[in-house]
Amino acid sequence: MPRVRKPIGHEAFGPPSACSDWLAARWRNGRGGRARVRLCSGWTAAEEATRGPALGGRLGRQRWLLRMGSGRFGEPMERHGRAAAATSAPSAQEPAPGGPEGRRRAPQRRRANSASAPAAGASASGEGVRRDRPGSYSGATSVSRQRVETLRKKRPRYEINCKLSVNLVFREKSCSDSFFLLHLVFPWFGLDIGGTLVKLVYFEPKDITAEEEEEEVESLKSIRKYLTSHVAYGAAGTRDVHLELKDLTLCGRKGNLHFIRFPTHDMPAFIQMGRHKNFSSLHTVFCATGGGAYKFEQDFLTIGDLQLCKLDELDCLIKGILYIDSVGFNGRSQCYYFENPADSEKCQKLPFDLKNPYPLLLVNIGSGVSILAVYSKDNYKRVTGTSLGGGTFFGLCCLLTGCTTFEEALEMASRGDSTKVDKLVRDIYGGDYQRFELPGWAVASSFGNMMSKEKREAVSKEDLARATLITITNNIGSIARMCALNENINQVVFVGNFLRINTIAMRLLAYALDYWSKGQLKALFSEHEVSGLNSCAVLHTKGMWLSLLWNLT
Amino acid sequence: MAECGASGSGGGSSGDSLDKSITLPPDEIFRNLENAKRFAIDIGGSLTKLAYYSTVQHKVAKVRSFDHAGKDAEQEHEPPYEISVQEEVTARLHFVKFENAYMEACLDFIRDHLVSTETTVIQATGGGAYKFKDLIEEKLRLRVDKEDVMTCLIKGCNFVLKNIPQEAFVYQKDADPEFRFQTNHPDIFPYLLVNIGSGVSIVKVETEDRFEWVGGSSIGGGTFWGLGALLTKTKKFDELLQLASRGQHANVDVLVRDVYGGAHQTLGLSGNLIASSFGKSATADTEFSREDVAKSLLHMISNDIGQLACLHARLHGLGRVYFGGFFIRGHPATMRTISYSINFFSKVAGRRAAELTAGPGASLPSELGVGGLGPALASAGSRRQGEVQALFLRHEGYLGAIGAFLKGAEQDNPDQYSWGENYAGSSGLMSSPPGLGPAQRARSGTFDLLEMDRLERPLVTLPLLRDPSSYVPDTVNLTDDALARQYWLTCFEEALDGVVKRAVASQPGSADAAERAEKFRQKYWDKLQTLRHQPFAYGTLTVRSLLDTREHCLNEFSFPDPYSKVKQRENGVALKCFRRVVRGLDALGWEERQLALVRGLLAGNVFDWGAKAVSDVLESDPQFGFEEAKQKLQERPWLVDAYDAWLQRLKGPPHKCALIFADNSGVDVILGVFPFVRELLSRGTEVVLACNSGPALNDVTHSESLLVAERIAAMDPVVHSALSEERLLLAQTGSSSPCLDLSRLDTGLAALVRERGADLVVIEGMGRAVHTNYHAALRCESLKLAVVKNAWLAERLGGRLFSVIFKYEVPAREAAPAT
Repeated sequence: MPRVRKPIGHEAFGPPSACSDWLAARWRNGRGGRARVRLCSGWTAAEEATRGPALGGRLGRQRWLLRMGSGRFGEPMERHGRAAAATSAPSAQEPAPGGPEGRRRAPQRRRANSASAPAAGASASGEGVRRDRPGSYSGATSVSRQRVETLRKKRPRYEINCKLSVNLVFREKSCSDSFFLLHLVFPWFGLDIGGTLVKLVYFEPKDITAEEEEEEVESLKSIRKYLTSHVAYGAAGTRDVHLELKDLTLCGRKGNLHFIRFPTHDMPAFIQMGRHKNFSSLHTVFCATGGGAYKFEQDFLTIGDLQLCKLDELDCLIKGILYIDSVGFNGRSQCYYFENPADSEKCQKLPFDLKNPYPLLLVNIGSGVSILAVYSKDNYKRVTGTSLGGGTFFGLCCLLTGCTTFEEALEMASRGDSTKVDKLVRDIYGGDYQRFELPGWAVASSFGNMMSKEKREAVSKEDLARATLITITNNIGSIARMCALNENINQVVFVGNFLRINTIAMRLLAYALDYWSKGQLKALFSEHEVSGLNSCAVLHTKGMWLSLLWNLT
Repeated sequence: MAECGASGSGGGSSGDSLDKSITLPPDEIFRNLENAKRFAIDIGGSLTKLAYYSTVQHKVAKVRSFDHAGKDAEQEHEPPYEISVQEEVTARLHFVKFENAYMEACLDFIRDHLVSTETTVIQATGGGAYKFKDLIEEKLRLRVDKEDVMTCLIKGCNFVLKNIPQEAFVYQKDADPEFRFQTNHPDIFPYLLVNIGSGVSIVKVETEDRFEWVGGSSIGGGTFWGLGALLTKTKKFDELLQLASRGQHANVDVLVRDVYGGAHQTLGLSGNLIASSFGKSATADTEFSREDVAKSLLHMISNDIGQLACLHARLHGLGRVYFGGFFIRGHPATMRTISYSINFFSKVAGRRAAELTAGPGASLPSELGVGGLGPALASAGSRRQGEVQALFLRHEGYLGAIGAFLKGAEQDNPDQYSWGENYAGSSGLMSSPPGLGPAQRARSGTFDLLEMDRLERPLVTLPLLRDPSSYVPDTVNLTDDALARQYWLTCFEEALDGVVKRAVASQPGSADAAERAEKFRQKYWDKLQTLRHQPFAYGTLTVRSLLDTREHCLNEFSFPDPYSKVKQRENGVALKCFRRVVRGLDALGWEERQLALVRGLLAGNVFDWGAKAVSDVLESDPQFGFEEAKQKLQERPWLVDAYDAWLQRLKGPPHKCALIFADNSGVDVILGVFPFVRELLSRGTEVVLACNSGPALNDVTHSESLLVAERIAAMDPVVHSALSEERLLLAQTGSSSPCLDLSRLDTGLAALVRERGADLVVIEGMGRAVHTNYHAALRCESLKLAVVKNAWLAERLGGRLFSVIFKYEVPAREAAPAT
């Protein structure tokens, strides 16, 4: 299959052409409206159309690879893309010719390519940057990485608030050498590669001078334009427009922060694209966190010739959450709690001012769950974790109901009745268990009714989805409560993917925490989840940015 | 044998079509039903546990002196006392476990065999108590009183912890054996009880009556069963566990290595840790094997429970966590995963404590749940103890029934007594081998029994033990020591013929003696075979437990004291020699006499019918006597020889009070122990002579010792005055074992020891000083002496047959006199 290298252009990290019509419309909508909130469908319609490549199916991945990997950005991709989109599973099961194999051989080719400097723009831009900002990269990314690593070790602790940027601006101006500035070569990316999703933040500078614009290398410009002008990338990549933070000052530059997510199983394609787009020539530092920062580090290096700057996930999370709390969410409070969570009529979402954030129990519910006790901005510890998290909910739902997306699972859960599945205290004791003051409505045994054949036959998929959600959520609440007691902390902030558009779980957590602690514990949530966003990723990535900046000061 | 057809309408929740007609062997299962007086029943989801109280008629050999005042007691050919076999009534608790499917059959059977009419109420507990209430009331015509489940469980748990010394065990995967029994801490409180039924209840128990529900979880056995049934289409709990044991959870779970691409060295995370349970199943496209799904589910639930238990234990500062409930109930698979989880989470907690001081730098990644581990890693894990220990109970399944029973029997004050597990009447742990398929298992493991005998008096710990919490009576753990286990099991098998013969001979007038003896043989043989395959069946296997089991089996078939005649004859013979021996000793110089006394003690100890090497000699040579025994003794230096230190000590001030545990009847106690006692008495030392309460082999019993002492007092003024002045006291140990457990002694003896300020303990004989207590550390001086009458053991100890152990120990903190 001939590989036609196209100039780096608009379709960078692009959608399969099959979807482009739709995407165009989508994009117009996105650009036209302000902060569109898409409820219940975090995934793009592109994914709805193909259905397969939702969160992590092997076939979905294959399809994606067909499109992104072997198909790349030329004609073949289009064909594969159509095939995949048009047909269901069987056709997608075809082996991907030259898919993984081809990619594996890529590094050598990549080296040859870069030696022959095919992309003039890239190399020229490198020069340009160097001219502009003297003392910048001396070329090898590894050197800079070393420096970053060294700096990281003796990283000073700065307060994370709006002043930071001012502080940085000030430093930037006062420091003649100011090498850190030289590292802030555009594009500014941050990656959080989680178990299920990759969260990418991109800082779009809005204060680009005409001079800069002129000097901006072609590839850089194309990345900027492509990322900011689309809301969907490929089959499952999405930019969360409503989350965008506008007119932010970051390191003395004004601009907008964009949030993009795509499934982790598309990571190989992303790296492949990076190679294709010759990202390495931009000499940017790719900051990454999350498990994938380790898992894909070698791939980034060998395939994309990109050196990752790995940042500690927990550092990022904490800094992110504190940062976003300090800047607010486009002028609003970003923390909130539920009043009367058990009563669907009276239930109210009220803002919570995290004036005294410490101590704080931070429960991050991704595929699994991590629980951190935060005592001050740089004193925290991981208390524990559990493997029963969002991944478990979704995984069990897939097995039990045959659903294919997280949203679908949630939607089913919203219509189900878990009391048909679970055995409640009243099912055993006929009412409250008075000896131990257990209320009759409490779940005594999750899925306990399913021990009986008749009851197994009487439940619907919706009931099962609901029970799964209740089980996982209650369990997280219970572990969080125990940790809060053990750590003597009474405010608990729940963040993470699992809570995205998941009001049932949030309200249940709020209620359970309040009930079982007899009002001692308060469950807090981050605004970002309700907006239908994976705030966790955002927070991570924002924190990561700041981490990066600190590293350089 | 009565046969009961049972319709399946009682039906277990498993809903299978198992053949429900059963044959109940009445003399095996519902024993002593005629005398049953109180009933309690614990009906679980699939198993029912019935408890009742019965009185057991035992034949007991009683000894009493002849009523021949004024006659010369030393007439030739006349026994020193008479033996009469009497019926004695003792109390026994019976617990029977059977599948719910047999409920009706069992109730019918009970109704048909129950004679006593004084029972009007049955205490019921467990989730099924509602379901079967009407059936019970109709069949048994008893009023059903429902008791709270958790209260019963806790009552039961306290009961077994108090009365069964080796009730709790830790589970160690890949260890041989996997069950490691723990000697109960003298103070059983406080502890955490985690009951994993369909849900999980966590209860903190502080005292007998004070306990508190501290938490729980809805993710429990019901979740495993219910969710498992949905996911794998497997209906039965046991089958689900079987499936799980064959699965690979890594195919379904997202592991750390799936997220990080391998182990995470810098964070010290194994790649095998579970990051997200069922994380890989987030697709509708791939088929997962039922085995893998079941395994993943098992890990998920076990880890979750373990984690919660650890969090609660930490919150309440408790180290002992007992697990129970049907999820655990003897299933190695769940005990394994729960233990693993507890070890993991309690280790993590410990490690974090260390990290706290080092700062937050090396934290674990955030999006990572830390869950269980694949079996490969679990096995490699070091056995470092976490701060929380997962403990399981051998009679876990009976807790509810025991508790319900105790609640109903409060007027009988069962808590006032000590109870002892009857090995003869109890099925051991995992009475059906775990390897069997579920169907087979259902059959062979249908009925499971536990019997507890009420002991005459409460048992307590000897106040002289240096550290009661670490005291382990037994010297060799045969569960660990495979070589020793094989030897001793074979040894007991080989000795069985002799015991049977002896049993028959002991009851010449009985027509059915031979038949009963045969039954005894069969029973004990079966026990030995069980122990060969499951050495952990009754707690840690030891020579003591083998001996005790034999005594229990003998009792079971009404051979209460096969050696009573032998003992009678030997006592008679020895009494006749007493004067001569004492005269001989008195003629010796002081130093010579001390050695002669010790040699006498040792020679007397040769007369042990429990030792095959000796019984062979005694059987073949009736003339074998005290002098011959002395010839057999090893010459000094002995195998363990602290005689010189002892002699030096004797040159010092006399002891205040000596506590002597005597061994055999006849020559041993009369010509060995009494002269030694006499010497101590004349030194000004008070003596407490402790003998067994009940018969065991040819060991001297308390009642025999009273008669013997009476006879000796008649001959010897030293003993006479000591007895009348209460400087010589005869006490009972509370035991009927050839061995000695210093943590379970008669409360009267303990009081006496305290009152008299005993400062010397003399333990005599193989059973008491070698098989047990060889390493026992006491707070006062102690003498442990024995003749090793077993060639194998002698060789193990580095000596030969009839080697002598003479161990004199002085507690370290006291000034050791000339060692």
